Amino acid sequence: MKNTDDRFDLPQGTLDLLIMRVVALGPIHGYAIAQRIQQISRDALQVQQGSLYPALHRLEYKKLLNSRWKPSETGREAKFYELTSRGRTHLKVETENWTRLTDVVSLILKGTLEGI
Amino acid sequence: MGWLRRLFSRERLEADLDKELRFHFENQVADKVRSGLPESEARRLTQIEFGGIEQIKEDCRERRGTMWLESLLQDLRFALRMFAKSPGFSAIAILTMALGIGATTAIFSLLDATLLHPLPYPHPEELVRIEDDLPGAGATDAGISIPEWKDLRRSGIFQYVVLQIIGSANLTGVSQPSRMQYEGVSPAYFAMLGVKPELGHTFDPQDQTAGFTLDVVISDGLWKRAFGSDPHIVGRSLRGDNDLYRVIGVMPPGFRDPGRTVGERNTEQWAALGFSDDPAQAPNRSLRLPLETVGRLKPGLTVAAAQSQLDALTASLRKQFPDDYPADSKWTVRLVPLEENVVGNVRQSLILLLGAVALVLLIGCVNVANLLLARASARSREMAVRQALGAARKRLVRQLLTESLLLSLLGGVAGLVILFCMKGFLLRLIPESLPRLNDLSINWTVMLFALAASIAAGVIFGLAPARQAGRLNLASTLRVEGRGSKGSTEQTRTRRVLVVTEFALSLVLMVAAGLLLRSFWDLYQAPLGFNPQHVMSVQLWLPSPNDPKTDIYGTAAQEAVFARELLRRSRLLPGVQEAALGSEPSIPLHHDGNRSALIVEGRQTQSKQPPLVERSEVTPEYFHLLKIPVLRGRLFNDGDDENAPLVAVINQAMAETYWRGENPLGKRLRLGRGRLGVGLPPSKTWITIVGVIADARTESLANASVPQLYLSLYQETPKELAVFLRGDLNASAIPEEVRAIVQSVNPELPVYGAQTLDDAVSASLEQRRFSMDIVAAFAITALLLAALGIYGVISYLVSERTRDIGIRLALGAQREKIMAMVLRQGLGLAMAGAALGLVGSVVVSHLMAGLLYGVMPIDPLTFVGVTLVLTGVALVACYIPARRAMHIDPMIALRYE
Repeated sequence: MKNTDDRFDLPQGTLDLLIMRVVALGPIHGYAIAQRIQQISRDALQVQQGSLYPALHRLEYKKLLNSRWKPSETGREAKFYELTSRGRTHLKVETENWTRLTDVVSLILKGTLEGI
Repeated sequence: MGWLRRLFSRERLEADLDKELRFHFENQVADKVRSGLPESEARRLTQIEFGGIEQIKEDCRERRGTMWLESLLQDLRFALRMFAKSPGFSAIAILTMALGIGATTAIFSLLDATLLHPLPYPHPEELVRIEDDLPGAGATDAGISIPEWKDLRRSGIFQYVVLQIIGSANLTGVSQPSRMQYEGVSPAYFAMLGVKPELGHTFDPQDQTAGFTLDVVISDGLWKRAFGSDPHIVGRSLRGDNDLYRVIGVMPPGFRDPGRTVGERNTEQWAALGFSDDPAQAPNRSLRLPLETVGRLKPGLTVAAAQSQLDALTASLRKQFPDDYPADSKWTVRLVPLEENVVGNVRQSLILLLGAVALVLLIGCVNVANLLLARASARSREMAVRQALGAARKRLVRQLLTESLLLSLLGGVAGLVILFCMKGFLLRLIPESLPRLNDLSINWTVMLFALAASIAAGVIFGLAPARQAGRLNLASTLRVEGRGSKGSTEQTRTRRVLVVTEFALSLVLMVAAGLLLRSFWDLYQAPLGFNPQHVMSVQLWLPSPNDPKTDIYGTAAQEAVFARELLRRSRLLPGVQEAALGSEPSIPLHHDGNRSALIVEGRQTQSKQPPLVERSEVTPEYFHLLKIPVLRGRLFNDGDDENAPLVAVINQAMAETYWRGENPLGKRLRLGRGRLGVGLPPSKTWITIVGVIADARTESLANASVPQLYLSLYQETPKELAVFLRGDLNASAIPEEVRAIVQSVNPELPVYGAQTLDDAVSASLEQRRFSMDIVAAFAITALLLAALGIYGVISYLVSERTRDIGIRLALGAQREKIMAMVLRQGLGLAMAGAALGLVGSVVVSHLMAGLLYGVMPIDPLTFVGVTLVLTGVALVACYIPARRAMHIDPMIALRYE
């Protein structure tokens, strides 16, 4: 039930990166994070609650995220997450790593295999 | 700190988590409603999408990093609730553990004070006892000569080498004259042991005085006893054997001499001796003195390395002084770690006790495991339901282990409390002869041990139920609707194995106890060779001042006057029929023997080292008073006094040893002087053997044939005397009556050590009795626990098969057959246990062979007897449930379903 995704198996750590990227846009609550990821990925990624909240709590525990309770758009109190400064640097580093990794991987995957 | 704070704000965190997830949930529902679904349908779908909300929460909690502590607290709370729910079970389990852990800890504290920390001195590993052997002359620990001592000090192997001689002196000048145990020691004694005084100072280790000094250091005990803890004691003087000594220091309360005997360990006063001048003789290399030699090795030197250096030294000395070290005497010097020396002879007993108590603890654990298993089967539904609701197996196992650990820790605490409360009582049980230099205490090591024992016990008895819970078959457990008590076959098997183990362990313990009992009994029943009944001995001590000219009991004639007068007055005491005098070593089973070098006339002594023989001085009445028969020749008579030729009476064992196949009567011998005449050469005059008496166990209960030699008291001048009285004595009045008559002759003489010989005999059985009593108590406990265990299992089997038995009865089975069936089951378990136990017993009994007397390690009587007792107990324990099975009413049993 947990960590399964309808369309993708997210590689380990990727969900954290996505969450942080979304949170980087400004304070946001859990439900909106899930919505946003789904929207941006054009429904390709559907984050399950069972993965989302443990991930949020873990990131908070690692002091990459901060949280605050404040009224949401509907007026109900919601827990809003935002990046800490540590989270910001972490996101930057991890994004670079990710880009480098995907570049390299796709380079190899698209290559003609002649070099081998 | 973060996790700690989170832990305390746990409630808020929980509320937040719930609120957060609920918010998500409601939004999702709202979204669905907006897309046109009816609210109830939207809720249902969201519920499905969400999955187990508790599961998500659990995952979130786990990410927080305080999970382990939270769940531990949760488990503890839960465990306490479970205990409160079944107080009977909890009480039995905790009490079993309390007894097991308490007893184990008690024995361990004994071990801690003796075997583990035998020497309460800094760097105890450097301390060694130095023993001289003359294997050629068949002598071990033959004493040391002063030049050898000086060689050792110069050898570079030791930091200090110290000589010691023990004695006792009359302490006078205080309210009641008393005897005190003193030691003459080399001045470096205290520096070597590395202990500082409580008051004043000790001797200067560099002191080179050849003879004695008049400065003494006293023990804390003597300071309190004789000087009322006088804070200005330093500089005060005391009289020992009429000589004036000056107190220069008081040792701290725990300080004891690392001696081999109770006497040495109870030393109350230390005087510095140079051992090279008066009262000792001029140094002479071949003159071995009966001194204790103790040394402290140079730092970093191992005993083995020191020994090899020492071997080189002795080899070169043998070459250098061929006259003093004849080749055939093979003189060597042996280093024995002091630790070994102090505790060597009780190590086996103590380890046996620890082993026994550990077995009891183990059996206790098995019993509690059994109880827990029984409860686990009642709780198997609970466990299955919790697992079905998503509890991880790991988590359940952890919870069960927490419960067991809490049980055993509570038991451990209760055990320590019991131990604290019973400390005084338990201390009295310990024989004084147990070599220990430490006071017994419940210190940190002991506490740590108790903790470790508790944890080990908890894990041991918690493992079986926890394992069971770990592999619960959910479907089948839940399917057995409601009737929770059906245990799996595997569980039954585990319980059977546990009971078999219990029986095996109990059998081992009972065999050990049985063998000890048999040894004790044999020893107790061994013919003594003398009659201790209606005999009392009272000790007194004649002073022996440093200046022989002031000694009023210096010659045999002087002492004989006193002795005869004392005897005359003793015979007049109420109830006294016979009276005799002897030197201290003549007191039967008195452990400080007195050995003298023996030179037999006409016998070619192979080396300069003569053999040693136990010697004592007695008046003519002694043998008749103790009912020791004469076999040949005659006993002493009143005419054997200072004017008559010297005569001796020997025992059969001595005749056998030195004159096998010859007539010893009329043979002549010479003796080395007694231990107080340090350094005196053997007497010049020959002593003639006039009689042979039968062997008696006056030296050792375990050994009837120790060669012994008696001299006539009227011809010698022993200073340590004993008055022997036979008759219809009032044991409580005698000490005062004897004190009165002794002090009416000389008011300065202390009288002490009154005892009946019956008591002396039982006292010398004390250590054996101690270990036997304890092992027996443990064995009985083990037997009871095993009986309870088998009773529990058979009752359980019967209740589980109630229906089955009901059907059989309904179909016409005979009630007796049902009973026999149940008994057979119990007996099967007991037999399996006994078979295993017998194998274990064979091993254990061989390990304890050294503690046995008069029985073989594999004593058929013990082995068969114990097995029968165990089987009998098992049958009785099974009889109760078997009867219940027999009386099952088929109607009720069947309606039950």
